[in-house]
Amino acid sequence: MIPLGLAFGTLVVQSGLDWWWAGLSAALIYGGSFEFLLIGMVTAAAPLVSIAVAAFLVNARHVFYALSFPLHRVRGRLGKTYSTFALTDEAYALTSTEHSRSWSSPRILWVQLFMHLYWAGSATAGALLGALVPDSVTGLDCALTALFTVLALDAIRDLHGDVPTLVLAPLSAVAARLVFPDQMLLAAFALFTTGLLARHLATGRKHRHA
Amino acid sequence: MPDPRYAIAAVLVAAAVTWALRALPFAALAPLRESGTVQYLGTRVPAGVMVILVVYCLHDLPVTEARAAAPLAALAVTVALHLWRRNALLSILGGTAVHVTLASTVFAH
Repeated sequence: MIPLGLAFGTLVVQSGLDWWWAGLSAALIYGGSFEFLLIGMVTAAAPLVSIAVAAFLVNARHVFYALSFPLHRVRGRLGKTYSTFALTDEAYALTSTEHSRSWSSPRILWVQLFMHLYWAGSATAGALLGALVPDSVTGLDCALTALFTVLALDAIRDLHGDVPTLVLAPLSAVAARLVFPDQMLLAAFALFTTGLLARHLATGRKHRHA
Repeated sequence: MPDPRYAIAAVLVAAAVTWALRALPFAALAPLRESGTVQYLGTRVPAGVMVILVVYCLHDLPVTEARAAAPLAALAVTVALHLWRRNALLSILGGTAVHVTLASTVFAH
């Protein structure tokens, strides 16, 4: 997490944004993958509506964390509020395992707070140190692709060999790229979700007939 | 640097959307925890979204030019490292290091 935060901060200043923006983004959005995407959108002066839609799409996966994140074990309104705010991929991954099933309310909150501080601190440090990186060093934006690749590989392992989903996702992405190049992300997610639902309905019906 | 007011507004918009996505489902999804369709989507959407995002990151790849080799090599290194060690940090750093090295030297322009 810390090296990713450093890379994020460095990329922020390399993209021509001020250093404080890295810290602000890391502290308030606190969603690494979308923050990387947002750098490009802000430097391209994307409309706020596009930013909201993109944030919704990229972070929509968090909706499913509510199915198994142990919020019922976090006590107090303030604690619950912060816990949902800091419900990142990493926080979910750490707190929703069998191993963490016995964690107390303070322990869950401290884990979340420390990860939040690490992320905001390393992003700010990366932005301040980033000014020292020579301009000839390029290609840091690849950290985003690598991050998504790693998250994809881990999520694919959880599919337990569900091949149709693995075919449907890249097909949706490529189709969206070709047919709706300006709204690729939105179109790809819509195609993918529709395809999944259609398949679910079809297989459900088959099972009922069997 | 774009207009700071715009840059701050962008962060606030993204933060509000992100927090809403993290907090609201606890109320909305509680009755749906048992729903077969929600569980079906819940196990498949995360992987699909990540695959789509990888394709999205590569969508402006200049496939007809030699410099397209840098991101593709980085992707191969990331996947190989991750299948080998399952260490997210190692995979990301390895892939990024390959890309930065290639893009800053061989394919510098």
